[in-house]
Amino acid sequence: MQAGIVSYGAYVPRYRITPAEIGRVWGIDGESMGQALNVQRKSVPSPDEDTITISTESLRTALLRGAIDPQQIGALYVGSESHPYAVKPTATVVAQAVGATPNLTAADFEFACKAGTAAIQTCLGLVGAEMIRYGVAIGTDTSQGAPGDALEYSASAGGAAFVIGRERVICRVHRTVSYTTDTPDFWRREGQKYPSHGGRFTGEPAYFRHVTECARALMEAVGSTPKDYAHVVFHQPNGKFPQRVGKTLGFSEAQMRYGLVTPYIGNTYSGAALIGLANVLDHAGPGERILMVGYGSGAGSDAFDLETTEEIARFDRSFGRPVQYYLDHGVELSYAVYAKFRGKIHMGGE
Amino acid sequence: MSIARFWRETPRRYNLGGSKCTNCGTVYFPPRSVCPQCTHHRQSIEKMVRSQLSGEGEVLSYTVVHEPAEGFEMQVPYVLALVKTPEGPVLTGQVVDVRPGEVRIGLKVRATFRKLREEGKSGVIHYGYKFSPVEETNGGLPARGPPVPAPESLERPRSAAGA
Amino acid sequence: MREVAVLGVGQTKFGELWDRSFREIGIEAGLQSLVDAKLSSADLGALFLGNMASGSLISQEHIAPLILDYAGLAGRHLPAVRVEGGGASGALALHQGYLAVASGLYDYVVVGGAEKLTDVPDATAADISSSAADHEWEVVFGATLPALWALMARRHMHLYGTTREQLAAVPVHAHDMAGKNPNAHYRNKLTIEQVLGAGPVAEPLGVLDCAPFSDGAAAVVLGPLEEARRHTDTPIRIAASQVACDTIALQNRQEFTTLESTVVAARHAFAQARRAPRDVRVAEIHDAYSISALMALEDLGFVEKGRAGAEFASGRFGRDGPLTVNPSGGLKAQGRPFGAVGVAQVVEIVRQLRGEAKDRQVDGASFGLAHDVGGTGATSVVHLLERTN
Repeated sequence: MQAGIVSYGAYVPRYRITPAEIGRVWGIDGESMGQALNVQRKSVPSPDEDTITISTESLRTALLRGAIDPQQIGALYVGSESHPYAVKPTATVVAQAVGATPNLTAADFEFACKAGTAAIQTCLGLVGAEMIRYGVAIGTDTSQGAPGDALEYSASAGGAAFVIGRERVICRVHRTVSYTTDTPDFWRREGQKYPSHGGRFTGEPAYFRHVTECARALMEAVGSTPKDYAHVVFHQPNGKFPQRVGKTLGFSEAQMRYGLVTPYIGNTYSGAALIGLANVLDHAGPGERILMVGYGSGAGSDAFDLETTEEIARFDRSFGRPVQYYLDHGVELSYAVYAKFRGKIHMGGE
Repeated sequence: MSIARFWRETPRRYNLGGSKCTNCGTVYFPPRSVCPQCTHHRQSIEKMVRSQLSGEGEVLSYTVVHEPAEGFEMQVPYVLALVKTPEGPVLTGQVVDVRPGEVRIGLKVRATFRKLREEGKSGVIHYGYKFSPVEETNGGLPARGPPVPAPESLERPRSAAGA
Repeated sequence: MREVAVLGVGQTKFGELWDRSFREIGIEAGLQSLVDAKLSSADLGALFLGNMASGSLISQEHIAPLILDYAGLAGRHLPAVRVEGGGASGALALHQGYLAVASGLYDYVVVGGAEKLTDVPDATAADISSSAADHEWEVVFGATLPALWALMARRHMHLYGTTREQLAAVPVHAHDMAGKNPNAHYRNKLTIEQVLGAGPVAEPLGVLDCAPFSDGAAAVVLGPLEEARRHTDTPIRIAASQVACDTIALQNRQEFTTLESTVVAARHAFAQARRAPRDVRVAEIHDAYSISALMALEDLGFVEKGRAGAEFASGRFGRDGPLTVNPSGGLKAQGRPFGAVGVAQVVEIVRQLRGEAKDRQVDGASFGLAHDVGGTGATSVVHLLERTN
């Protein structure tokens, strides 16, 4: 496959809240909860941030890093389950905000947490078929768990943008395969503010089955084994699931080192695996092979066999901020301010 | 604000597209069709061309707003500043991702893309430029953050109000 | 051009006039001014009405004929014109009335200013006041009128070392003066500590740095100076009436600690009157925000640029100083019914020059100045007035 990643950028909002602080409000030992989930803190968007602004920030970084003319973007897809509008695309605002309009196709993707990896696959097809020069795939969310729900301890905000092209590829995509079934582990009905989920049903029959089957299918297809990869990135709804799935598949902690970001920023849903991949690319040199497996409830997995090229040594990462910055920095909020920022407070006149 | 009224300015509000007088070289934001600097204004009428601002800037003055403009109620207290761009124009905009007490005259900022306001719960959402510090103004997080009982990030000593 | 004189003045109480409508207060001030001028309505040639935002505030446009009608003059079919220039609407209407009489087209005109602010909630009034700034490029980005003035205040503090306490001296002075003005919105005394301790609006400005939203109306009768003796023993000549404008948005100015519109209007006014700032004994200046008054004193030429904070705090603009500022209490304490302000300022100066200001009379006042500003200074109006007997 000729098409690959030519640039990328990630963005995570500045604010954080800890499981201990959330637990304090609900009379739960949040610290233990955080340890059980392997989530130290989660990111919180400002009241003026949403999937559109986060997507725009990450794509602007990607375009600057790759010195890409936005007018050469032929397709732009934003994967998210928290699009600000139910009807009206996120992608059109992002396209306008980066100066990519009007000669491109654009659409919003939704597949729970794997809408971003699905967007990458679509771009690979369009670029590989030489229908467009550059395709942009973004995965972003500003997800919310219902107050007091287990999800509230992890659901966070962030996103990453990947520019897919054929020239100056910094990371080749050797192969991608998917694994899809009808498995109702997690959903949000039209008009509902918070998602619902099947509790422990989200584990074995959902996340673990899809991620392991998809990873195995990919490795079988390309004839690889876990030891062939320098890095592995899994979808990471918390810090524990990806560790467990990695162990099951035979990956070491060292291989997961850069791909696991949820412990420091929480679960960014459609952004989760992509921010993990961005962090890997931030640290990777040429010739490093990467396995990425996304997962979206409902359910499906997309797996990618990737390898960095010589081009990554010349890649200019000086624009925007590396993922490590977002893992290390942030301003912690009290639950009260978090509730205000997330629109959980009813204002007068509503 | 009507949909069309905001929409027609989105190229400027999203992307900082200004104008430049090819007579004298002065850059304007928002764009102008006539150059106020040129002695004979009429000479500049056909000579204003599009000019893109870089989004870089420096705070000339700032205020922390507690009684908000309509639609900014959820953002109080917020920082509003006059930002001088290297291209020349000065822009009025919010400075975000900063503790109010950490804003100062001379602070280097960069344009960012944020939500400005919403037309109520069911109306359109308006987006546009704001500014954020180029250098992070707070230190790194501790490896494990302690719980924060009060919204410290939003509060600052009262005595600083007149500083 | 004929010389123009103020022949009569009228003004309602300023404040929260819950039981009085826009038309009621407009008529009260107008009729008072006619009685004061000993003029019959049959002598009138035209009405000019300063008003900033009746459409937004009371959903009523077309207010000049409305006031004319309820003053009982509809049957005479006089021309009635509304004049709008943000917070400077009243002074701008006076300028139009002045031109109308000076030109010889009309002999006697009434210039009114009226605004009814308490028919909307405070937050709405604040939004409406911000419409005097640039909605598209300031307000849309979160600016309010006090926030824009706060940006000027911060810059003034940065460049000239003006202090928070010096700013606070402005409202303290205003309330002190208004204590003797029965028409004032606020007559209570303030202390520096109270101003510093008040809740913040847009830092460094707090609630007590900002003028209130008031209801109120004021009116003056203008006529040719040569006829003035028939109406009053103390005709007050309009020695100068000047308007100057600037960019609508603060951000598009070269300077943020001076209002060029005020500088130019004042320069033209003193040139027109062939007088200098030192000749002014009493002045009503724009103090919608504490910083506004300090910048006005500098821009009008009363103190050197950057010195107003220290000079004001020294108390030299009190009743006994060489220049008494805002004996009415100014916008801060007499009140701030947008369109009425500029006319009320002139009403106060006329009363001072006539020696009719009672408890608040400034000794030896024979030459006075009125200064009104719209928005952040896109419009400034300066009037110079002189007792002629």
